[in-house]
Amino acid sequence: MNDDSPLTALASYFALLSLVAIGGAVAAIPDMHRVAVDTMHWMNDRQFTDSFAIAQLSPGPNVMIVALIGYHVAGLAGASVATAAMCGPTCIVAYFAAHTWNRFRTARWRIALQAALVPVSLGLIGASAFVLARAADKNLAAAAITITTVVVAIFTRISPLWLFAIAGLLGLTGWL
Amino acid sequence: MTDLAEPDSAVVRPSLLELFLAFAHVALSGFGGALPWARRMIVERKRWMTAEEFNEDFALSQFLPGPNVVNFSVVFGARIAGAAGAAVAFVGLMGPPLVIVTILAVLYRHYGDLEALSRILSGIGAAAAGLIVAMTIKMALPLFHRRIGWPAVIAIIAFIGVAIMRWPLPLVLVVLAPFAFALAWFYPAGTVKR
Repeated sequence: MNDDSPLTALASYFALLSLVAIGGAVAAIPDMHRVAVDTMHWMNDRQFTDSFAIAQLSPGPNVMIVALIGYHVAGLAGASVATAAMCGPTCIVAYFAAHTWNRFRTARWRIALQAALVPVSLGLIGASAFVLARAADKNLAAAAITITTVVVAIFTRISPLWLFAIAGLLGLTGWL
Repeated sequence: MTDLAEPDSAVVRPSLLELFLAFAHVALSGFGGALPWARRMIVERKRWMTAEEFNEDFALSQFLPGPNVVNFSVVFGARIAGAAGAAVAFVGLMGPPLVIVTILAVLYRHYGDLEALSRILSGIGAAAAGLIVAMTIKMALPLFHRRIGWPAVIAIIAFIGVAIMRWPLPLVLVVLAPFAFALAWFYPAGTVKR
């Protein structure tokens, strides 16, 4: 594996992202879009939104979009390398934190750190919403689907799968 | 790690196999994120943890960088059975969904250019984006509910830096996090409890 191999690029990018993704995988989506579409040209805008849609369609953690990007870039090896890089560093941190965290339950630095990171992660998840909506809503009908989903998700407890089914059907029948 | 596991008569200890199966089940039943399912499984059905313990580990998993539910699997697995427990919970959580998503990736590679599939996915993509918008609104409500304090300002700066300016996330974080920490240290009243 030489230095400009796509696997090296995937591994180093997602390992770094893993350590700055405050707020989880969703919070890191704008940066994935920036790198995969704008900087590295791994995929185009539509392939990125398709990957996000597929990741949301599949059961399991939101981090699955990383496997899809990896697969798109370098097949099975790419999917494995990207997923391992996105999970590895943070898993090691989590493992050690599991043993020490509760000791600092009342420490001022811990309380301050937690309070500081809540708004940061909110801003990042908001950025994710913005970037995804802008990429997905290419026309008024798509924007209407997004807005309807927002309203339904906030005011009801209907499973997202129903929303996906209806939205997919509307797309298939040419409303978008 | 014995200091972590407070003996509690209501709480039972799973075996490694049970741990694996539970996290695989959580992973496969959760659409659009798996954490709510983890709570249902671990606290309500299996009683492997009290609600308070879960909240504590949940807060830690959210606060750590990286995928939240992945962090949770490692934290919980380590609590139950050290490194082996962490590894087993992680593999249970990630293994089965990875197989499914890989199959979908292969299908997309072959059929992604089909007009019909592309239309379906553009509909789903619009709905999926709506879910993230809804998630943002739910999270933002407590922050903008009362008098706007520094947390709202920090959130807005993070949003503008990443969404509008398209600055790299590592850069935004390295600059913003120390600021936010200093504000939280000196003005704890501006903090918002979840």
